[in-house]
Formats: sequence, C-alpha cells, structure tokens
Amino acid sequence: MYLGRVIGTVVATRRYKDLDGYRFLVVQPVNHDLKPYGTPVVAIDAVQAGPGELVFLVTSREASQALPEPFVPVDDAIVGIVDSLDILEEMEWF
Amino acid sequence: MVLGRVIGTLVSTVKHKDYNGLKILVVQPVDEEGKPQGHSFVAVDTVQAGVGDLVLVIREGNGARQIFKKPILPIRSVIVGVVDEVYVELRLDKSTEPLSA
Repeated sequence: MYLGRVIGTVVATRRYKDLDGYRFLVVQPVNHDLKPYGTPVVAIDAVQAGPGELVFLVTSREASQALPEPFVPVDDAIVGIVDSLDILEEMEWF
Repeated sequence: MVLGRVIGTLVSTVKHKDYNGLKILVVQPVDEEGKPQGHSFVAVDTVQAGVGDLVLVIREGNGARQIFKKPILPIRSVIVGVVDEVYVELRLDKSTEPLSA
C-alpha cells in the first residue's frame, strides 16, 4: 500500500465488461514528503477521489478486492483519501 | 517481511469500509542496520506500534486476510511486530559484483 497524488483521469469507452461503471484515475506515487517517484499508474477508484487529491492505494490481487465485485482485472485501486499526514520531523537513522 | 521504521500517521475519513477502525501508519523500509532503503509506504497496524518504532511488516495479501480473518480484504501491508533488536552476525560486501560461473 502506498501514497499517491491523483493527476488525471482516463476515459476508455471500450473496456472489459467487468470494468464497466468504474473510474480510472492517473496516480503519481509519492513519498511521505510528497515528492513523486517512479512512473504514474492508472488506478481504479473505489472511494470517489478527484484530481489533485492525496490518496492511498493497494496493489495486485488486493486491488480487485477493494471493489464491490471482486476479481475484476485491475492492478491498483485507490482505497482512501488522505485528510492529513503527520510525519516525524527529525528523523534519526541509527 | 521487511524491517521498517514508523515515521508518521495518516488520517483518512473517506476510505474503503474494510479500513474502518484500523490505525494507518507511514513506514520507511530500512536495512539490517536501520538505514532507510527505498520509498516509504502505508501500512495497517495490529500491534500498537508508534511513531519512531522499528517494526516488522508483511507486504502481501494472504497474510493480511488471515490476520483479519476475512476471505476478501483490500489490505496488503500489515505491521505485525515491534522489533526489540536486530543482531547482524555477518556483513556481506554489497558493492562487489557476484562471481560469474
């Protein structure tokens, strides 16, 4: 499970039938300091998130289990919208 | 399972119903010496871990389903232990290339 920032939406009219009714969002993975890393992913939206929002996602098999009808073919699912993050300011790495 | 350090807490009101009542923490993976490695991630706590704790985290869904006793559960990362100490018996030189056969 990881943090991400919603940066866009994907529209696909022709899609696998089990994916009907869901929204696809483009999400950039971010670190705890909100700095982006890696390649953006297309995630299915289980919580009605919108562009610009900080969210957390779950990957692989558990992604499809976030949906009312599990076992649909998805890789990543948005499972929560982040209200606030409280990160340790002075980190001591031993 | 990976070693990680809890570096923060996450508050979320709009979330998947299976996350209701669970404590969500931000974890930085660390190596055997406690140095940060890779990108931080989000995990659910089951052992009352706190910010600053060195923890043991599973990052795989089957274990998570067993812990919460649910056959279908959209959770992959679960904090399952607070580490008291890590003993390193052997230090391997990670900078050298593996020997070719």
